Amino acid sequence: MGAPGEFNLAALARYGNDFLAEVEERVEEGEWVKMCMQCGVCAGSCPFGPDWEHSPQKIFMMIRAGKRDEVLASDSMWMCTSCYNCVVRCPRKLPITQIMHGLAAYAHRLGLAPKMQPTRRWSLLFWDNCTKTGRVNELKLTLGLYFMDGIVAGFKQAWTLRNIGLGMLLAKRLNPFELIRGHECKDKAGIHRMLKKAAEIEARKRGFAKP
Amino acid sequence: MADPKYAAYVCKGCGIGERIDADQSAKIAEKEGKIALVRQHEFLCNAEGVALIRSDIEKEGVTHVAIAACSRRAKTEAFEFPGVALARANLREGVIWVRPDTAEARETTQEMADDYVRMACAELKKMKVPAGNPETGRSKRILVVGGGVSGLTAAVEARNTGYEVVLVEKQAQLGGWAAKLWKRIPEREPHAAPVDTGVQALIDAVTQDAGIRVYTNATLAQTSGAPGRFKASIAVESGSTATEEVGAIVQATGFSLYDMNRLPELGAGKSPNVMDQAGLESLARKAAPKGLPIRRPSDGGEVKRVVFVQCAGQRDDTGKHLPYCSGYCCNTSIKQAMYFKDANPAVDTVVIYTDLRVPGNGEDFYRSAQKKGVTFTKGSVTGVEASGDTCRVSFRDLILDEDASIEAADLVVLATGQVANAGVDIDNPQATDANGTKPISILNLDYRQGKDLPKLSHGFADSHFICFPYETRRTGIYAAGPVRRPMDIAQAKEDATGAVLKAIQAAENAELGRAAHPRSGDLSFPIVQLEGCTQCKRCTVECPFGAIDEDEKTYPVFNESRCRRCGTCMGACPVRVISFENYSVDSVGAQIKAVDIPDEFSEKPRILVLACENDAYPALDMAGMQRNHYSAFVRVIPVRCLGSVNTSWIIDALNGGYDGVMMMGCKHGDDYQCHFVKGSELANSRMSKISETLKTMALETERVATYEVAITDIKRLPVLIGDYAKVIEKIGLSPMKGFA
Ligand code: SF4
Ligand code: SF4
Ligand code: SF4
Ligand code: SF4
Repeated sequence: MGAPGEFNLAALARYGNDFLAEVEERVEEGEWVKMCMQCGVCAGSCPFGPDWEHSPQKIFMMIRAGKRDEVLASDSMWMCTSCYNCVVRCPRKLPITQIMHGLAAYAHRLGLAPKMQPTRRWSLLFWDNCTKTGRVNELKLTLGLYFMDGIVAGFKQAWTLRNIGLGMLLAKRLNPFELIRGHECKDKAGIHRMLKKAAEIEARKRGFAKP
Repeated sequence: MADPKYAAYVCKGCGIGERIDADQSAKIAEKEGKIALVRQHEFLCNAEGVALIRSDIEKEGVTHVAIAACSRRAKTEAFEFPGVALARANLREGVIWVRPDTAEARETTQEMADDYVRMACAELKKMKVPAGNPETGRSKRILVVGGGVSGLTAAVEARNTGYEVVLVEKQAQLGGWAAKLWKRIPEREPHAAPVDTGVQALIDAVTQDAGIRVYTNATLAQTSGAPGRFKASIAVESGSTATEEVGAIVQATGFSLYDMNRLPELGAGKSPNVMDQAGLESLARKAAPKGLPIRRPSDGGEVKRVVFVQCAGQRDDTGKHLPYCSGYCCNTSIKQAMYFKDANPAVDTVVIYTDLRVPGNGEDFYRSAQKKGVTFTKGSVTGVEASGDTCRVSFRDLILDEDASIEAADLVVLATGQVANAGVDIDNPQATDANGTKPISILNLDYRQGKDLPKLSHGFADSHFICFPYETRRTGIYAAGPVRRPMDIAQAKEDATGAVLKAIQAAENAELGRAAHPRSGDLSFPIVQLEGCTQCKRCTVECPFGAIDEDEKTYPVFNESRCRRCGTCMGACPVRVISFENYSVDSVGAQIKAVDIPDEFSEKPRILVLACENDAYPALDMAGMQRNHYSAFVRVIPVRCLGSVNTSWIIDALNGGYDGVMMMGCKHGDDYQCHFVKGSELANSRMSKISETLKTMALETERVATYEVAITDIKRLPVLIGDYAKVIEKIGLSPMKGFA
């Protein structure tokens, strides 16, 4: 995880271009942020709009206003469900969904993302699960999600959904042995090499420290 | 002219013959209309029908023709007989198309048709063929007042069309504001960066053209005359006066910048680093040609941060500053931000706006600025404080909904607006303009109504905003550019081109003794019987176009070439001594009287509709074309303008037993649509006073109703008529029937 060495965070001027420049360089599709015309269509289109602290429109304005800490520590962009409503409607064709995920990933990389944000935790769970063997182990992933908030919560959740689980078992959609010995992809080492390479490319492109 | 000989033709085509009894109509023309020669025809507008009329004119010496067929707006080419007076009874659009084809409707439909035939015959008797205005002038030169982009463009365009130009500019140099700019907003693809102003090329084109006489350091000491023969006395620097005769005038006197010193709360006057957009242009003109960056005026320091404050002293609702949007300044700030970004992307440029208004292709220009990294912030600036060599700009961020500020701004540019240079306010010559200065006259017209063009609102010269933007209220004088509304260079050039073409038309029409827009080509003109005139001055005051002066005995002096033939003077005259050869108090009065009024037991009311021929009458015709039916009790008479309606018509109609009068004219007010600007407004105010008269006649005030009608009211008009018919039904038929 690289800190943005060459960005002078102390001297972040409000409504200056510093943070915007950082976002442009470091965040996926970040170069689009300056093109937002603040029409608010995305804010009105987002099915989760009312539940966000800051709509995409506001996030973009906050970036331009140089509010680095508030943006990166915000849980708003973690709320994006990738429905693409905003992207379809944005008159300026901003890839809003991608920017939301890009901002979340960047905040996480800097360690500024809210620690207990459920989407963040779930994403980590998923990433670990899938990259370990090169294949998603659904049973482990599900149980991991159930027990994310502790043993008691996990059992409660499992009990609530027991009939679904049973149904899946009978329909052979769930194999309990996966818990003990999940199957892996053929070339696990190859997958790991590929991911490492991708991380290197990203670091090079975005100016992060070498992974 | 030889003795008048009248003829009437009843057409049976287009279904008229099936729906009404043409024999009866023909008989009415003969017996009641007292027309000597009456003919019927199966298809009057075809070659044979037209030939029949022509041969009657030639062989029988017919001088006056009544045609009972379609609307006067239809078949105008077929039914054009030069030198012959023509009246039309509208049996198609006005009768059969607006009535249901049923057995029970037949009787009232026939009555409608019979009345229109009576009316056409009566009108015909009162008509003369207009001989043409004798007061012609021959000059075709165009006087352009103002040597900025609008004026220069007008001059060049006039030359391109083959007309000579006299150009008067107050300053020593041509070019106006545009000459003070470093670059201008692009007007062509890709709308990405500021471009050369092009003003030098315009200046060269004007100064190198032998057909353009340029007076700089010059003003108009007096303008007199009329289209085709204006006389302009031009006061030049030496103190002497040159006189030029011109046919028409384009006033392109532009604008003054709203004085930023009226905005101390935005830091004006507090620091040399706070400036208006003109201030920044002059910094750019000093630095940029040498390839130098723009520096801070206070100390010559490096500029790292520039803040643009949009709508400075504009779109203000406190009443202190300009209430309107000048429309050019958002694009100008975008352009100026690019001066910095194009030279050095590291300079922070922030544009604080409440709404970014970028007309034309400004959206592309805006996007280009965003790409270049100009920051746009929706906010309203609350204050600019200078400390040392920088400023702090405080504002409300309207997206984040919080108070915010930008520190250490090296330059603050205020987007102030345009204040029209439209001369004195003729209604209030002592009034000051938005900058608090008392304007001096620009045209110095020797007209009775005042020295300059009438203004509409906010000090801009009145021009027919909706339909005919360059038409002012002084015939032959056309406003172009920011003198008539705020605008940018691209719009001003388009404006100047349009205005100069209108000016050329006006000069051409003046030579032929014809009216200018909107009755262009009309040869009639107001004729006054001075013997009856009581010198009440109503015509001179109410003429929307300042066409009427006064002689030393305060009798009206008509300037026919300045007249638009609206008839407002005729409507105003209390002693009814003003008339046109083909349109007069009598010609309409006779139509009103010709209608057969059923007695009060008939349950057949008669409603007179006086409909503006520009909007309401075409709308009624179109209602017919769409077969939107309306009451058979109305009798419609088209009028040139509601302003031409003489109150005597209304009184005569009511005295004669009509049950109600509907007056249909155009919208009035600041967003008027009246073709003659003031006509419908004047009619309205005259009618507001008629209720007193109605009371003395012991009539309900509902018996006269005024409506604002647009040409698009095709569906609404039949509804209005239906509603009004219901009102009449409710209040009952007029008690005045049978007394006439
Ligand atoms: S829809 Fe697009 S342009 Fe509009 S506010 Fe959202 S991101 Fe900006
Ligand atoms: S053009 Fe822009 S800056 Fe100028 S008044 Fe209109 S909105 Fe304000
Ligand atoms: S009121 Fe109309 S018709 Fe009468 S003089 Fe003026 S412009 Fe002409
Ligand atoms: S009301 Fe207006 S448009 Fe109608 S005739 Fe009068 S001037 Fe014309």
